[in-house]
Amino acid sequence: MRAFKHLIYSGLLAAAISPAMADDGEKIYKQGGSQPGALACITCHMADGRGMDAGGFPKIAGDSPVYLAKQIHDFKSGKRENAIMLPISSALTEDEIVAVTQYMSTLEKFDVAEITRAKAPEGLGETLALRGDWSRSIPECVACHGPSGVGVGDVFPPLAGQGPNYIASQLRAWQQGTRKNDQNDLMGHIARSLTEEEITAVAAYFAGLGK
Amino acid sequence: MKKLLVSIFALTAISAAIAAPVSMEDQSQLKPAPAKADNEQYHIPPLEADLPDNAFGEMVRKGHAIFVDTKRQVPELVGNGLNCSNCHLDQGRLADSAPMWGAYTMYPAYRKKNDKVNTFAERIQGCFEFSMNGTPPAADSETMTALTTFAYWLATGAPSGVKTPGSGYPDVAQPAGGYNIENGKQVYAEQCAICHSDNGLGQKVGENYVFPPLWGASSFNWGAGMHRINTAASFIQANMPLGKGGTLSDQQAWDVAAYMNSHERPQDPRLIDGDIEKTRVKFHANDGVNLYGEKVNGVLIGQGVK
Repeated sequence: MRAFKHLIYSGLLAAAISPAMADDGEKIYKQGGSQPGALACITCHMADGRGMDAGGFPKIAGDSPVYLAKQIHDFKSGKRENAIMLPISSALTEDEIVAVTQYMSTLEKFDVAEITRAKAPEGLGETLALRGDWSRSIPECVACHGPSGVGVGDVFPPLAGQGPNYIASQLRAWQQGTRKNDQNDLMGHIARSLTEEEITAVAAYFAGLGK
Repeated sequence: MKKLLVSIFALTAISAAIAAPVSMEDQSQLKPAPAKADNEQYHIPPLEADLPDNAFGEMVRKGHAIFVDTKRQVPELVGNGLNCSNCHLDQGRLADSAPMWGAYTMYPAYRKKNDKVNTFAERIQGCFEFSMNGTPPAADSETMTALTTFAYWLATGAPSGVKTPGSGYPDVAQPAGGYNIENGKQVYAEQCAICHSDNGLGQKVGENYVFPPLWGASSFNWGAGMHRINTAASFIQANMPLGKGGTLSDQQAWDVAAYMNSHERPQDPRLIDGDIEKTRVKFHANDGVNLYGEKVNGVLIGQGVK
């Protein structure tokens, strides 16, 4: 039923996005938006959408367009404080946001091998990912981000293959309150319970899963 | 001879389809655990890392695997989209989330209603028939040995035969003004839908659920303990939203539990003569607070979905 519903939605989406608009998405991605300040995404997120982790620029390839569009809106509103993305997001029109995030979602995803919860975790990162630490109300990451952190639906983003610097920076942003765009502080309260050592370990773990 | 055997098999199959015998008919609630005193500690189960590297450790690991990945490990026994660990958080270890260490030590248990002694194996069989809407593993099967060994190991050092603090779900008394399904709908939209979906049917990655379905054909059936509003309210108040247990008020927990359990789910396998009213009188009328066989907004609840 759900798959069917998705089919209908994607059908509607496909109908709503005319070929011209899809082209627009690619054009915005590669050349920038119509207004000044809407820089080309490709500059930092790269042609394949896999980002440039050394600079902290995340992978966006294959992510949910709904998730990506929400992030752009949250940069605009300040729920995610980011000096680079604030002016770019603000310069994008609503139509451009729809078109460019749709294009991003079509870029090739990482290939991720499935790791089940039955596995005995090795190391701190995998232990947090598969077991969490319930003595501190930290659920296992895979409970919401899916097996191997492949992401779930339009709300819980993929972690597998994401850059380690980026994952760690986001956990710290939640700790510091510079990122607060989650519902009911679901991620914030977890991030604030993590130690710096745990952040580094879990970020490295998920970064290593995608190919 | 062969023909006779085949007919016997066929007959057995038919009678099983007509009236599947239920391993543990009485699923009514046991007494809740005492509250933890301030100076008391919850039982601490042993660490996974300390498991011995022998046949025992191997069996515990097998039980753990079935517990956290039920649907994939024993697909022939699971009739819905759930795993044991959906209702027993932190792999059956977490206090106030019906931990296995709290359950294991309470069996065999005498139940007045059916005047019977129920074993732990029968209790697990009940889980498979009701919560997993599936087929119970045989008492002498490897699946049963694995799950029992896993629970036994978690209970290492826990007192036997007494309700230990943290076992079961902590009782949340029904609010003085009762519950309100409409308010529950609101709580659901604000707190639960993000994971379990607007329609309550959960969310999958590939074939398997990440967020369990709360009602509908892939959820627990009308015989599961969680169909009681009081039990669901207790689970929810202590454990939901995931990682943020204890943040909903008693009223919110009751309202949203009632909202959840006013939706259809698979029929109670103990259904008598296909009659919801008879089934209600025998199994639901004196089993906590539940809506089975009741009317909500003019609609009869408990009709079941396939």
